[in-house]
Amino acid sequence: MRGLLVFSALLVAAFSQKRFVGDQVLRVLTDKEEHIALLRELEESEDLQLDYWDVPSKLGLPLDVRVPSQSLQPVKTFLESNSIPYTTMIEDVQKLLDEEKRAMRRARKLKRSCSWSEFFSFYHTLDEIYSWMDYLVARHPNLVSKIQIGESYEKRPLYVLKFSTGKSRYRAIWIDTGIHSREWITQATGVWIANKIATEYGKNASLTALLDCMDIFLEIVANPDGFAYTHSRDRLWRKTRSINPGSLCVGVDPNRNWGAGFGGLGASSNPCSQMYHGPRPFSENETRAIANFILGHGNVAAVISIHSYSQVLMYPYGYTSQPAPDRQELDALAKEAVEALAAVHGTRYKYGNVFSTIYPAGGTTIDWTYDIGVKYSYTFELRDTGCYGFLLPASQIIPTAEETWPALMKIMEHARDHPY
Amino acid sequence: MELQPSHYPARRAAGVASACINYRRGGPNRVLALSNVRRAQLQGHAVNCTAEVLYHLGSQHSAPEVHFTVEGELGKNPDEADNKFYSRIKSLQEPLVAQNIPDSFGIVPPEMEPIRHLAFSACDYIIWQNSTENTWYNLAQIRDVRQVRRNDDYLEFDYTVLLHDFVSQEIIPWQMQVLWHPQHGVKVTQNSRQPKQED
Repeated sequence: MRGLLVFSALLVAAFSQKRFVGDQVLRVLTDKEEHIALLRELEESEDLQLDYWDVPSKLGLPLDVRVPSQSLQPVKTFLESNSIPYTTMIEDVQKLLDEEKRAMRRARKLKRSCSWSEFFSFYHTLDEIYSWMDYLVARHPNLVSKIQIGESYEKRPLYVLKFSTGKSRYRAIWIDTGIHSREWITQATGVWIANKIATEYGKNASLTALLDCMDIFLEIVANPDGFAYTHSRDRLWRKTRSINPGSLCVGVDPNRNWGAGFGGLGASSNPCSQMYHGPRPFSENETRAIANFILGHGNVAAVISIHSYSQVLMYPYGYTSQPAPDRQELDALAKEAVEALAAVHGTRYKYGNVFSTIYPAGGTTIDWTYDIGVKYSYTFELRDTGCYGFLLPASQIIPTAEETWPALMKIMEHARDHPY
Repeated sequence: MELQPSHYPARRAAGVASACINYRRGGPNRVLALSNVRRAQLQGHAVNCTAEVLYHLGSQHSAPEVHFTVEGELGKNPDEADNKFYSRIKSLQEPLVAQNIPDSFGIVPPEMEPIRHLAFSACDYIIWQNSTENTWYNLAQIRDVRQVRRNDDYLEFDYTVLLHDFVSQEIIPWQMQVLWHPQHGVKVTQNSRQPKQED
């Protein structure tokens, strides 16, 4: 695949103005001597305008040829009638070129940015974020490690960064971003937060004190299948990418798939719905992995699940209008957190329980974590309030992360100072 | 019954009011967006606005009624920017065609900003007409827009937009035919909900 990418990069450079819509690249397998002669004949046919990426010479070596769309029929007929095996390497050359062009533009941006501060001000692909995570671990080996908590539906690893100064069975804080894949500001904020924690330990007194007695677990891409899909096919995809048997519609809403108030208000039993709760609680690899991790850890004191958009900070419950037993404390802390947030860039957040602040919602992350005993369970909805919505410009990544950080610190400090 | 400004029923109703006002007063160089409940913000200038939203209950859906008063005058006089935009589009050799505004990265090319603002204004008509207590619509993206040449002095655009309903979290494609004139403002002449594209 890498070879193909290099090829197409060269094509972009050489033929940036020409269009190759519908053209295909076929890989022809030459396992008979007479095939080579036939392929040479084909090459000579001027009307077909074939573009051989190699010379048909040695027996047994595959030969790649770009076939213009109008010649596809005659060429395939020729190959088939002469029993020359072939496979389709590239279904649509133009599509690949367009994608590569975009990727190169992004890569150029990345390359130009020698300073990491520029890295944080762009949106990245899954591969880029996973690579960067390895870089962070390599840079801060005494503080940061990467663990895998499971696999997504499409078998992508589910990675969590662990920030720890050593002792196991520390009380822990769990943070996740990107559980809804289209909320790109959240994964980007997650990357910034990871960097902030790693670089501020030993410099910021409060954070240092926190990490000296607590571990932080941060899952930056909680829904990697969905995230990959937002890059490749549908920028506004929200759910997981699990196949729903008997339905054409794909995916389960990972924030309705938890085992508290499952299947209740604000969730749907229709697989085509954006709020489809799934066939049963924790049917999704992505949610089950987090739940198993938290249960297995046994000492998680705070869970902060980060979403976008609408600028609210919320605590349980979503599945019922009944106030949570710790409502007063959670509310007071939320107020402090949003005030700390507003102090940075003036951004206004509302706060309250999920049920009244945005909508009734059963099966959400923080209702479940609260009900199993994680008192400080919060969910953020980051910028903005609808002007750009999910398509928040990259220029807002750093300001959003900068203002979210003190709000997060308020919650973490409170969890640190109030063991229960 | 007093509504809590921080609770969603108040915010949804405010969204409807803001939609109605932006349809009446918005344009390629002016967007009214809800800044806070009990305020409407005119691109950088905060303007106080009071609105009453009446949802009609019953089996037949009809658009919520909005009665509003705005402090000070927003003004309907075409400004220089509007006239510049008008001349630019009128003098294009080929009819304007564009897709994905903003793009995946939230980028809007500067020359497309007025097209986007116009879409906001026109969408707000659709949002206003189709809102209920159980919806909260926002314009997520312009999927595509093409200019339709006319013989008179109106500009016409055929938009397909993606509306995001926050309450159901659905992305709803919607087609709309939009007329605009610097003096006469925005008008949606035709609109229809489109089927969702399943993968």
